[in-house]
Amino acid sequence: MMNGKASTRRPYVRPMNGWWKRDPFFVSYMVRETTAIAVFVYAVVLAVGLVRLAQGEAAWNGWLAAMRSPLSLLLHAVLLVAMVVHTKSWFEIMPKTMPMMIVGGRRVAASTITRAGFAAAVVASVVLLAIAVIGGRP
Amino acid sequence: MAETQVIEIQVLRYRPEQDEQPVWQSYLVPYTDDMSVLQGLQHIKDELDGSLSFRWSCRMAICGSCGMMVDGKPRLSCQTFLRDLAPGPVRVEALAHFPIERDLVVGVDGFIEKLESIKPYIIPKQPRAIAEGEYLQTPAQLEQFEQYSSCINCMLCYAACPQFGLDPGFTGPGVLALLHRYNADSRDGGRERRMEVLNATEGVWSCTAVGYCSEVCPKHVDPANAVNQNKVNSAKDYFLRFLSPKGAGDGRPRGQK
Repeated sequence: MMNGKASTRRPYVRPMNGWWKRDPFFVSYMVRETTAIAVFVYAVVLAVGLVRLAQGEAAWNGWLAAMRSPLSLLLHAVLLVAMVVHTKSWFEIMPKTMPMMIVGGRRVAASTITRAGFAAAVVASVVLLAIAVIGGRP
Repeated sequence: MAETQVIEIQVLRYRPEQDEQPVWQSYLVPYTDDMSVLQGLQHIKDELDGSLSFRWSCRMAICGSCGMMVDGKPRLSCQTFLRDLAPGPVRVEALAHFPIERDLVVGVDGFIEKLESIKPYIIPKQPRAIAEGEYLQTPAQLEQFEQYSSCINCMLCYAACPQFGLDPGFTGPGVLALLHRYNADSRDGGRERRMEVLNATEGVWSCTAVGYCSEVCPKHVDPANAVNQNKVNSAKDYFLRFLSPKGAGDGRPRGQK
């Protein structure tokens, strides 16, 4: 109410339906969040393997056989792609989640932090793969 | 003299006294290479349709008044050039996620309330007489907050934040970045009083690190960084109170016997 007159304000609130399709940036955000499910699924698969290992040799061999099934191979191919996408998007957002990093009196650039993350992921993957290959030899 | 061409500007109109909901209206605007979207709108208002409403002031990306969605992106219209959007049509809409008051004018009441709630000014650690002289800061101390002090309250980051769109109660990127600007200032002693806003569900924890706020910020404030590093501060604040006697909750301010 101003000057005794009723307000003619009638603010219009726009709907949010389908907001994530409005901008490619939102789509890539949703991809980052969705691929996190792949991380969870893979963790479950590994945890089941651990339980089967604890149950004895027969159970363990059954799990190994299940891992070699075509369905499992397909699942792992999908999980691998999702994990790569997730890793990339995760390290891209990482600099935004950290306090300022000062090294030698200078602020470390966001791109440097992201690249260091990528490098760490690649090194860790190569080392793990090497251990699996070498350790898997009879 | 720059060559004049014509570009179509489509504006999302909303006149509360006559429109049930916003409607697109199209204008043909002559433009030269040096004309911004804001100047295009000014041409419409001056020459074609005086009923068009929009906010503007400085025309040089300082005042933060002319933010709007240009072709779906949150932009300062004074800083966005028609030549870059040719051949058009250019679609101009009020800042996303805010209620539209009229045409390109949005309601900012909520934003202003949030801004006030974080005490956006330096609260001295203890009273200081003028005779004591100025505060001194090292370049390193300045760097801790300088980038966050560049905010011009243009609210583009809010238009980029789907969490704010889904929950208008979310304190939001710009205000949280300003909160951090004062908390990170070595001269300031108001941190504890701001933690309540920061720790609330509508504080930093409503942020899901979309990160688009930092992308659209015309002043490179990087609000996503300010918000997300304060999730750590908020978590520390929560857990440390179990360890430190000041948080034991006897209701007395610190230092009082």
